[in-house]
Amino acid sequence: MLGELFVLFFKIGCMAFGGGYAVMSLIQRDVAAMGWMDAGAFQQIGSLAGMAPGSIATNSATLIGYHQAGISGALMATAGIVLPSLLLVAGLAAFFVRVHDHVYVRSIFYGLRPVVTALIIYAAVHFGFGSQLQSGKGFSWDTLGLLLIVGGCLLAIIRYKWHPFVVLLLSAAAGIVLF
Amino acid sequence: MKLALRTGTDLKLLPHIFMTFLKIGPSTFGGGYAMIAIIEREIVEHRGWMQPEEMGDMVSIAGSAPGGVAVNSAAYIGYRLGGVPGALAAVIGITLPTTAIVLLLSLAYSLFQGNPKVEAALKGIHAGVVALILLAGWKMVRSSLFDGLTYALCALALGLLLFTPLHSIWLILGGPLVGAVVVGVRRMKQLDIHTEPEKQADEPDELLPEYYI
Repeated sequence: MLGELFVLFFKIGCMAFGGGYAVMSLIQRDVAAMGWMDAGAFQQIGSLAGMAPGSIATNSATLIGYHQAGISGALMATAGIVLPSLLLVAGLAAFFVRVHDHVYVRSIFYGLRPVVTALIIYAAVHFGFGSQLQSGKGFSWDTLGLLLIVGGCLLAIIRYKWHPFVVLLLSAAAGIVLF
Repeated sequence: MKLALRTGTDLKLLPHIFMTFLKIGPSTFGGGYAMIAIIEREIVEHRGWMQPEEMGDMVSIAGSAPGGVAVNSAAYIGYRLGGVPGALAAVIGITLPTTAIVLLLSLAYSLFQGNPKVEAALKGIHAGVVALILLAGWKMVRSSLFDGLTYALCALALGLLLFTPLHSIWLILGGPLVGAVVVGVRRMKQLDIHTEPEKQADEPDELLPEYYI
């Protein structure tokens, strides 16, 4: 199990372009494919991971590792997802590669960024409504409450520029009231 | 090209690198440029470990490589200061506190699991996280979709993700391939090449950074 965790998250770490949120959909799909966790359990883990400092993807890896194999699982999963970044960035730093100067490097990111954008939007749908869609219950009080809080949070961040952590605390309070 | 492959690492520096990033770790909430500012203050101003001019290189590498920008920045600075051991010390330093915090949070949650109030609060937080993801997505739409091809690629990728079980790796490989082919063809035909949206002078800088979360 420890080896499996390390290999899975190492692979995810290699594909982790765009950082945290884009990677959430990769993790959710791969973990479901391994049969480790359904959408509901992943929602709980993602919510806890989002509450803590640091990248939500790395935090999710830590928690999935813990869920599967305790503390050593947590460490293996975390090491797996972080190691590709470490190797690649150290390599780039070693050779002073100015990544953004070359036209073909730029063209790679030209094609990659729209894909990352799609991954993030998909993460919002999949992570947000995956368990509702899976249960097939359709529109329920839970879905309505979810949409209300999402709307409120967007308003608070865009309009009033509140700090994301404050917004998460308030959405916890809103959850207690609504659900 | 200057090589920074070091022959001897100053071992005395390693604990300092580790401790510095250990302190930065917990403040990386939400990631993005807020964190870059903290790193800049700590590494460039406080410690004088890096020249301000190098920050631009660091940000472009840390933001382009896979992984979170916090860990990538730590790896970059750690490597420049102390080679591979330095990079390792920095990355462990920045990852350890957040790993511990998220594990404690999850332990605290499991103590109250089944309590309806706690479950409700977590559902609320779930909604809050969804809002943060949507916001990041919207910012990415504004900063990365600017011509026909980028819109089409994004729509195609989203459609494939939603309606087929195709693994994301094919999208992550396919997108750059399409980008490189299109730019290559345009280059051969000597057409204009735009790989980034044109920046308007009055546009605030905060538009791009969400890529780096």
